[in-house]
Amino acid sequence: MNSLHALNRKAKRFAQDRQAALHDVEALQDKKHKAKQQGRVYYPLGCTLHFSPGWEVDVSGGTAGLCQPVERDLFDCYLGCAWPAQVPDHVSNNPDWTSKCSAAANDWRQVDVIYP
Amino acid sequence: MTAVAEAIAAPYRIGEHHAFYAAGREFLYLVPSGAIFGLEGLSKTIVDLLRHEALPREAIRSRLAGLHPAAEVEAVIEELEFCDVIINGESREKFPALPEPEFPIQRIVLNTTNQCNLACGYCYEYSDDKIAESAGKPKYMSTEVAQAAIDTLFKEAAGRPLLHVTFFGGETLLNFPLMKWAVEYANKKARESGKQVDYSLTTNATLLTEEIVDFLAANRIGVTVSIDGDKELHDRMRVFHSGKGSYDVIAPRIKMLLARHKTNSIGARVTLSSGVRDVRRIYDHLTKELGFQGVGFSPATANPDRLYHIGGQKMDDVFDAFSELAWEYRDFALKGGQHYFTNVNDSIKELHQGISKAYTCGAGLGLLGVSTSGGIAACHRFADSPVAQMGNVLDGGVDHGARRQFLENHHIGARPDCHSCWVRPVCAGGCYHESFIHHGQTAASTLNQCDRVRNWIDLCLRIYGEIAVHNPQFLQRFDEN
Repeated sequence: MNSLHALNRKAKRFAQDRQAALHDVEALQDKKHKAKQQGRVYYPLGCTLHFSPGWEVDVSGGTAGLCQPVERDLFDCYLGCAWPAQVPDHVSNNPDWTSKCSAAANDWRQVDVIYP
Repeated sequence: MTAVAEAIAAPYRIGEHHAFYAAGREFLYLVPSGAIFGLEGLSKTIVDLLRHEALPREAIRSRLAGLHPAAEVEAVIEELEFCDVIINGESREKFPALPEPEFPIQRIVLNTTNQCNLACGYCYEYSDDKIAESAGKPKYMSTEVAQAAIDTLFKEAAGRPLLHVTFFGGETLLNFPLMKWAVEYANKKARESGKQVDYSLTTNATLLTEEIVDFLAANRIGVTVSIDGDKELHDRMRVFHSGKGSYDVIAPRIKMLLARHKTNSIGARVTLSSGVRDVRRIYDHLTKELGFQGVGFSPATANPDRLYHIGGQKMDDVFDAFSELAWEYRDFALKGGQHYFTNVNDSIKELHQGISKAYTCGAGLGLLGVSTSGGIAACHRFADSPVAQMGNVLDGGVDHGARRQFLENHHIGARPDCHSCWVRPVCAGGCYHESFIHHGQTAASTLNQCDRVRNWIDLCLRIYGEIAVHNPQFLQRFDEN
């Protein structure tokens, strides 16, 4: 809050909601990490298989060193349903959605575009 | 004009609120959220602008052009609107929602007996304003009823992990064997179901013995003692059936209770009446002479034509005395000390949490009263009465239809008298039993008390503001739910 002084707990909840509406989520960001303390951006280490989806960057901040391709995220939505993105329903309506895409890292562009 | 453009052009006004000053600053208590914000810098400038007239966003910007950067003005308008300090349409919500059907019960009050060994003149259970019909009803609660009541509590508690059982009367300890049995039974049920139960007792202290006190301490049973002050004041109303005062009987027992029972809180509850209203004298006696660490005051529930009713100027004097104690509480709090005036403590807690009540209390909501015959009422005050009944623990348990009807009738949304009142987040209309005595119906707002309630909460807001600014650590005790 810039101009209001949140006095009681209810007011502080408003302030927290306001903060959440204006700022990025910093979930699982290790603020005590050396990189943070040195003023660098800290990216949590790990495999996207474990932490997927969420950190579509490698330790250097790029995507080249990921142990899974960034495109894997699309499939994670599709199969694991762990990301609140809308993907085609592969059970009833679009069972062949990814039939042209046998290796995601190479031919993810072959995934069909589905118009609802 | 599109809907979006209309919304942008709609004039802003200040949201429903009560303004108060504390520690040299202005604060707004927002209604119905119960949030308290201090106005500083530009937020105060904008609110002050809107005190005189409603203005659209563009007009606010142009009035402040050259005085503050446009981006800053825009950000503060957004912030004020987000918190409902200013609104340009309907506020987000006027009232809290109705609770879910079959809202889980958390507490039952067992009226272990409808008999009493005292004959206090103002007693709502026996005196002129009584509504209970105990004739033909069992004088003492049986283990069968207590068992069914506790079973009802566990059944209706759904997923609640912590349950409460309050023992009440009549004089509760006239049926101490039942109380003892009920605690053991509820403890057994708690162990079996993985829940926790805690207990409280209200008593006139005449029957306290070391054996009973040791039982209370062993089971961490909180105790409220009904006492009206020193011997002279107490004995005016709180007498045995012979007319003899009860102070000399209870004083040594209370000292023994306070010395032996350290596992839960022990508080004094004072009923003020026309001849017993020297608040300072009573408070000093109970805390300094007897050693209570919690004293709550309440005027006797009475029809205005009763001799013990406190009316007019006398009630104003009582309020002044409450105010004096409340400011003393502030002085203690600023130094980190503990004051024992529970009326102000309870109000400060509610204001700190920003409570916004749909109901004035838990009666019929999370709390039910059970009479000696097993009748379920909204609370103990309606036990064995024809009013606010909702089933019987021996015959089908809670009547959810009656309970739902009660909750719909008493919801703040169904009390039009309260809809323009700023104190409704903490008051929500007033005690159903008081309403029934004064107005003949439980769902009427206690309009005779409105000004005093508003004055009291305004006072508590100012005290809260000072504590929150100068010693916020003191308020951490109210952080847990």
